[in-house]
Amino acid sequence: MTSLSKGSSAVSTTEPAIEVRALCKSFGSNEVLKGIDFHVDQGEVVCVIGPSGSGKSTLLRCVNRLEEPTTGTVMVEGVDITDPETDLDKMRTRIGMVFQQFNLFPHLSVLGNLTLAQQRAKKRGKAEAIEVARRNLAKVGLAEKADAFPSQLSGGQQQRVAIARALSMDPDMMLFDEPTSALDPELVGDVLEVMKQLAREGMTMMVVTHEMGFAREVGDRVVFMDGGVVVEQGKPEDVLGNPQHERTRSFLSKVL
Amino acid sequence: MKPSTRRRLFQGVLYAVFAVLILVVIFLADWARIRVYFFNLDVAAQTLPEIVVIAAKNTIIYTVIAFVGGLILGLILALMKLSPVLPYRWLATGYVELFRGLPALLVIFGFAYAVPIAFEWRPPGGSVGAGLIGLIVVSSAYIAETIRAGIEAVPKGQVEAARSLGMKSSWTMVSVVLPQAFRIITPPLTNELVILIKDTSLLFIVGLALGERELTTFARDTLTSQANATPLVVASLLYLVITLPMTQLVAKLERHNKRGR
Ligand SMILES: Nc1ncnc2c1ncn2[C@@H]1O[C@H](COP(=O)(O)OP(=O)(O)OP(=O)(O)O)[C@@H](O)[C@H]1O
Ligand SMILES: [Mg+2]
Repeated sequence: MTSLSKGSSAVSTTEPAIEVRALCKSFGSNEVLKGIDFHVDQGEVVCVIGPSGSGKSTLLRCVNRLEEPTTGTVMVEGVDITDPETDLDKMRTRIGMVFQQFNLFPHLSVLGNLTLAQQRAKKRGKAEAIEVARRNLAKVGLAEKADAFPSQLSGGQQQRVAIARALSMDPDMMLFDEPTSALDPELVGDVLEVMKQLAREGMTMMVVTHEMGFAREVGDRVVFMDGGVVVEQGKPEDVLGNPQHERTRSFLSKVL
Repeated sequence: MKPSTRRRLFQGVLYAVFAVLILVVIFLADWARIRVYFFNLDVAAQTLPEIVVIAAKNTIIYTVIAFVGGLILGLILALMKLSPVLPYRWLATGYVELFRGLPALLVIFGFAYAVPIAFEWRPPGGSVGAGLIGLIVVSSAYIAETIRAGIEAVPKGQVEAARSLGMKSSWTMVSVVLPQAFRIITPPLTNELVILIKDTSLLFIVGLALGERELTTFARDTLTSQANATPLVVASLLYLVITLPMTQLVAKLERHNKRGR
């Protein structure tokens, strides 16, 4: 295993944060990913767009092996995630993940949500975990909600808590799976604002999204997927403004 | 006739029939004899204080032992049923099907009599202890199914969130899944508990010593010795005194837990 600590920047500038090669994934006879090559560089923000069912979530979930790849390799900071020898739990503490449905722990307070995995997976002491949690809550603008329960928060607040929960593990990168799709339109802005700030701070991000405005403004690169393959990728202004493929054009004409 | 009128007429007839039935029972019953044989204050006074300090106390003790034992064993069985290891699943499924399929009385009897003979082993607590093991075995089979259903009712996203944070599957189960599962199954578990309170009466089959008797056995013995059914009424009241506060407490607990849903 290489570069276990965040400090090893000599290695990290040379290797991509995420590198996916020839990734195939089938559910039974349904081939969802058909040979994906994909990477996210350190500090890069990559937005993945594409029609429903094109395999965006599946690709994202293969990166931290919530989904088991059928064939192909997934390297995270140079470590093969699919290698049985790899300490998967340890790798996952370095890969933050934010879900469409938030998936906060409803039986725990906001603070409990943020400290649980710090204590269980990172073996941090309670005092340290609480300190880290409060810092991240402040960062997402919810410092005063530490003692609330998830059910007492709006969707937008819940998603920001979920982001703070992921950040509390001090991850090297963040995966977002349509983080604003389940939100009322007026709550989307707060969540996107938090994500923009993360991007400004140099966080490595892979964002599956339908928010074309966000992709254009924040994305360093946009990847368009359709039918389990990467059809087209490049700078946001190129892919979104001047798509080269017919499938991209027809998708964009529907969502823009 | 309009359908609504017809429905009201039908309901009126039902109420009338019901009222007549009750009146018939009230007029036909011999209330003097009922008072002497079922609500005899002298006999009731004679059951005190033993029916409370021995019988009701034993009922509670047996229930707590059987419930706690059933919960622990049931949790293990539920986890085995959900285990990826096939033999564990078979074992747990076989156990649950077997002991849910047999009468509780027979299992208690079996543990109390057959086990000491078969294994030359006397369970702790003598024959009550053996009977309680039987009761634990039966209740764990039901509780296992309840817990399994509760675990499966916790949304998959909860496990995914915990695992994506790097938590081991064991910690995920303990800190994320089980707390939510137990909240979901609080009502059916209360049900198991109430059933268990009443099932402690089956322990009579192992032959209880005087100080080991629970409510039903105690009441039956007193009924026989006094030739009067009042002890049954006293025992019934005591069962209600035990179960009612408990179901109220659980309902309150549930309202409190709503916050964390
Ligand atoms: N656990 C699963 N079991 C079986 N099939 C699945 C599973 N997860 C996803 N699929 C299938 O894989 C295909 C791609 O799903 P995926 O969720 O990756 O698409 P998506 O691009 O994220 O779509 P959306 O925009 O709707 O979220 C779909 O046809 C879906 O039915
Ligand atoms: Mg998706």
